[in-house]
Amino acid sequence: MKPFEAVGRRACEYAASMRENLAFLGETTVCALSILARPRRFRLGDSALAFERASFDALPVTTGIGFLLGLILAFQSAAALKMFGVEVYVSDLLAIALFRELGPLVTAIVLAGRTGSAFAAEIGAMKVNEELDALTTMGLPPVRFLVMPRVVAAVAAMPILTIFAELAGLIGGAIVLRMMNVPPSVFWRHVADVSTVFTISFGLAKGAFFGALVAIVGCAAGMRTKSTADGVGRAATSAVVGGIVSIAVADGLLAYLCYLWNI
Amino acid sequence: MSSSIIELEHVDAGYPGAVILHDVSFEVKRGEVFILLGGSGCGKSTVMKHMIGLNPVLAGTLRVAGMEWSAKTRDELFHKIGVMYQSGALFGAMTCLENVMLPLEEFTRLRRAERRDRAMSLLADVGLADAADKLPSEISGGMKKRAAIARAMALDPEIVFLDEPSAGLDPISSSALDDLVLKLRETKGMTFVVVTHELPSIFKIADRAAMFDKARRGMIALGSPSELREKSEDPFVRKFFNRGESHGKSG
Ligand SMILES: Nc1ncnc2c1ncn2[C@@H]1O[C@H](COP(=O)(O)OP(=O)(O)O)[C@@H](O)[C@H]1O
Ligand SMILES: [Mg+2]
Repeated sequence: MKPFEAVGRRACEYAASMRENLAFLGETTVCALSILARPRRFRLGDSALAFERASFDALPVTTGIGFLLGLILAFQSAAALKMFGVEVYVSDLLAIALFRELGPLVTAIVLAGRTGSAFAAEIGAMKVNEELDALTTMGLPPVRFLVMPRVVAAVAAMPILTIFAELAGLIGGAIVLRMMNVPPSVFWRHVADVSTVFTISFGLAKGAFFGALVAIVGCAAGMRTKSTADGVGRAATSAVVGGIVSIAVADGLLAYLCYLWNI
Repeated sequence: MSSSIIELEHVDAGYPGAVILHDVSFEVKRGEVFILLGGSGCGKSTVMKHMIGLNPVLAGTLRVAGMEWSAKTRDELFHKIGVMYQSGALFGAMTCLENVMLPLEEFTRLRRAERRDRAMSLLADVGLADAADKLPSEISGGMKKRAAIARAMALDPEIVFLDEPSAGLDPISSSALDDLVLKLRETKGMTFVVVTHELPSIFKIADRAAMFDKARRGMIALGSPSELREKSEDPFVRKFFNRGESHGKSG
């Protein structure tokens, strides 16, 4: 019976944490609406700091990973396309894959590892130190005070990180094709031909949406932190895992909707 | 206006699924200094967290300024209270001065210079004028608590809650803190609810005290400190006060 019990307990815990996440999402949404009504209540300074850490500080990692991703993808697909003598189409493949799917997805996964966990740890440490209680009894709801600035920062950071990762990926692809004697001018012309403003901005919007998910899941994990020795560490772990899972689920749903609506 | 500002009637205190104290009833009168006493882990902070609206009581009723805690009364009640938490709970990214200025920034229309002056005078009251620009990580535990007291006082609350303010303080600053409490009660008519173990401080500032016991999971005594010392039959209460007495005589 032991393993069944364990599975059952895990399922219940998971359902409870999902319920808490949804309640938290509701609270965050209400708070966002109330800030729209009274913008003066937004903590711009806190948001700017979180934005700087989530964007400029993350730029080297996300750009580097984007570059390697482009490089690897180009090598792999070139091997196959070469058999038909059409390596040049690697550029089309790369542009579509990066702009539509891989750019936002990979950037968001890096954001979950870097920023989602940082949000959870920061807020978790504050929870352990009773700072969240202090905010609450001062009449300053932690969601408005701590969560909103971070969500806005992540949403603003994602398009920047994503576009840099995508460009770096394309540069990686151009280098690979250059090695296979496709001149860069041809590569970039192909890229320009298949990339529409809509494709690119759709990808960036998707990235921003993933950014909101990562930030909300990370902050929720921080607010659930228990005051045990490993509480903050666990919160950070659950922020990364929860962030990546929710990105994957959301991406799957989006892909299905795009298919339905022919986007 | 009724004379009691906080009323507990048959309150079960604790956390969902874990009752720490059963059937607690007492009231705190407007303008008095009320002490919560008891061994560590007996539930003093738990009772305080009910009073400041962080956790709902498990049973019974708790009223602050005639109102029960609810979604509707929360905001109004939060403006009536100031809290110093056991750990201080200063915001780590802000200096002491910024910590004290934060409630002023959020809830008053004072100009920046005025806010600064007010925060500085609060810090001076708790003897921290020269640590104003330090971060919480750069000051001692006792100093953190005093900065937290200044922050709790910033908006002139009606009721101030202090969770172990004198733990980790030297006797001189501890006594200065007692003087501050008495002065504020005198000049502003504030009500204080204080968790403390310091007998000298209890006898100096307390009007009344409630004592809890972990083993019996309930309140075991209620009254003024001298009543508790002289009239209580309870061995636990006697032990607490007599230990202090013998300390006092030998010292
Ligand atoms: N969040 C919590 N959930 C469950 N039990 C708790 C929680 N916090 C504290 N307790 C328990 O409540 C009891 C009283 O704690 P507390 O009120 O902090 O004691 P103290 O009188 O020292 O302030 C302790 O036994 C503690 O283990
Ligand atoms: Mg305590």
